[in-house]
Amino acid sequence: MILSASDLRKYYGEFCALDGVSFQINEGEFVSIIGPNGAGKTTLINVLTGLLTPNTGKVFYKDREITGIGPEKLSKLGVARSFQLVNIFPNFTVLEFLMVAIVSRLGKGTNFYSSLLRNQEVTGEALEVAKLFGLEEKKNVLAKNLPQGDKKLLDVASAFALQPEVILLDEPTSGVSTSEKNKIMEILVSASKEIGIKSIIQVEHDMDIVFSFSDRIIAMHQGKILADATPQEIEKNEEVVCTVLGQKECFKIFSTLLKR
Amino acid sequence: MKADNLTLKTLEPKNTSVSFKKTKTWAILAIALFFIILPRLGSQYVSYLILTFFGYAVALLGFNLLFGYTGLLSFGHALFLAMGAYTVAFFTSKFSIFPMEIILLVAIVVSAILAALIGAVCVQYIKIYFAMLTLAFGMLFYSFLIKFYYVTGGDEGMRVLRPYLLGYELSAIPKMQFLMGGYYYYALVVLTIATWVMWKIVSSPFGLCLMAIRDNPEKATYLGVDVKRYRWYAFIISGAYSAVGGVLLAPVIGQVDPTLTYWTHSGTLVFMTLLGGFTNFLGPMLGGLIYIFLQDKVMSLTTYWRFIFGAILAFLVIVAPGGVAGVISSLVKKGRRGI
Repeated sequence: MILSASDLRKYYGEFCALDGVSFQINEGEFVSIIGPNGAGKTTLINVLTGLLTPNTGKVFYKDREITGIGPEKLSKLGVARSFQLVNIFPNFTVLEFLMVAIVSRLGKGTNFYSSLLRNQEVTGEALEVAKLFGLEEKKNVLAKNLPQGDKKLLDVASAFALQPEVILLDEPTSGVSTSEKNKIMEILVSASKEIGIKSIIQVEHDMDIVFSFSDRIIAMHQGKILADATPQEIEKNEEVVCTVLGQKECFKIFSTLLKR
Repeated sequence: MKADNLTLKTLEPKNTSVSFKKTKTWAILAIALFFIILPRLGSQYVSYLILTFFGYAVALLGFNLLFGYTGLLSFGHALFLAMGAYTVAFFTSKFSIFPMEIILLVAIVVSAILAALIGAVCVQYIKIYFAMLTLAFGMLFYSFLIKFYYVTGGDEGMRVLRPYLLGYELSAIPKMQFLMGGYYYYALVVLTIATWVMWKIVSSPFGLCLMAIRDNPEKATYLGVDVKRYRWYAFIISGAYSAVGGVLLAPVIGQVDPTLTYWTHSGTLVFMTLLGGFTNFLGPMLGGLIYIFLQDKVMSLTTYWRFIFGAILAFLVIVAPGGVAGVISSLVKKGRRGI
């Protein structure tokens, strides 16, 4: 077990966003969190990464309690995340962007007096990460001038550059065309192997991606976990398919099941 | 140019041709040479204004580390400038300690400590709240200087006696000769060192982190950057720089008084920076230079110089938010594309 949550509850005023959520993530797992809008998925990610403190409940990372520890400390422990909406440094080039993560991981941020560009270690590693994500040709392009898919990829790449053990991805392919989605996912999986990331947790709406990449799926509805099982089991769970995925997905999945 | 597209970059421009780099080196050498021979060329008055500029230039380097690089607008930065100037006044006229090097060192240490204390509070906030807090601290210091008149001389301030430069006592020679001779070059050397050190700071990994914080503090946090701590470091460096500027300025003006830390003086630093352009490393200094000469000219023409400066500021913000440096660099870019 690498990351676990026990009985998380989070209220926004009267509204209960997380209602007793518990689960465990094991080393080597690719876990997808699914659920309709407002199910509490992003709140869960925010609580897991310590941005939000839950009203009750605890989060553990390798036997160490990390509830509400905050993103900056968490990144140093080995947990990183990416964002649902594009979250970039608009005026940074791709390479500079990645350098921020590498400088921070190497603990060189308080290096006041050495030239960044002459630092082979930092520039070299940034280039490596850019290559992994197929961004090396755009290394000198400003982040704000990248196409949407590349912005998304850069956001994820910077989290990978921290070389975390666990990474949480909040809809890594949202706002990206369908044809690009699979490409991004494949890059993510191969890059995580290359970098040595042990577990991936992602929130995702695209069911094709969820079912083809996940080892396990956690289905949420109204702040609760409805089901926590393998994709094969989830597919057969009618309640989950219809309440969580909604009418359209419900129809889609059943029609594919019928075709088989 | 849209205002929200403005930003400061430090890393070397890409695909810079060798000829452009050579031009740059020559330009820097030419500027240095100009400042070196200036007191021998023109009028004493021009050199005197340039000497004032040297002081402001150092202060502006510090100011823009916070504003241009970290994204924090301090509206009380004159506090640190006044700190530096009062340090010279205290040391020379109260303690009879004259060596300039000691005064500089003490000013750096004292202002860094003060900036650490004030900064610890201020960096908890951003945007307008940060600006207002720094303004409040500046005005607090102003009240202190006024009320504790038996220590500070109140609104009359204190005299600044002539400091020793590199151990040389230069009190026998006339004032203008002292300023145009040894002191001019002393200040020029301090400014050169300060500029060089600041350039190293902004092109270091620390500088990169500051710009990351400016662009997107939330993302920076997730990449493991301790945002508040780094803002605090920037605040301290910035305060110390402004104090050094104040130290350089004090012997030139010869008398320190509380208006040095009044909020309009902080506003002057903001104005200079906007005039020259905060999106360029040298921009604020250029702004300081233009401001000093423009103010001198306009003040001699009319008593309504503030009115004219207000109009200039409004014009700048609307038409050229990148300041003079922004206009120049866009012209250079156009020119290079044209070749």
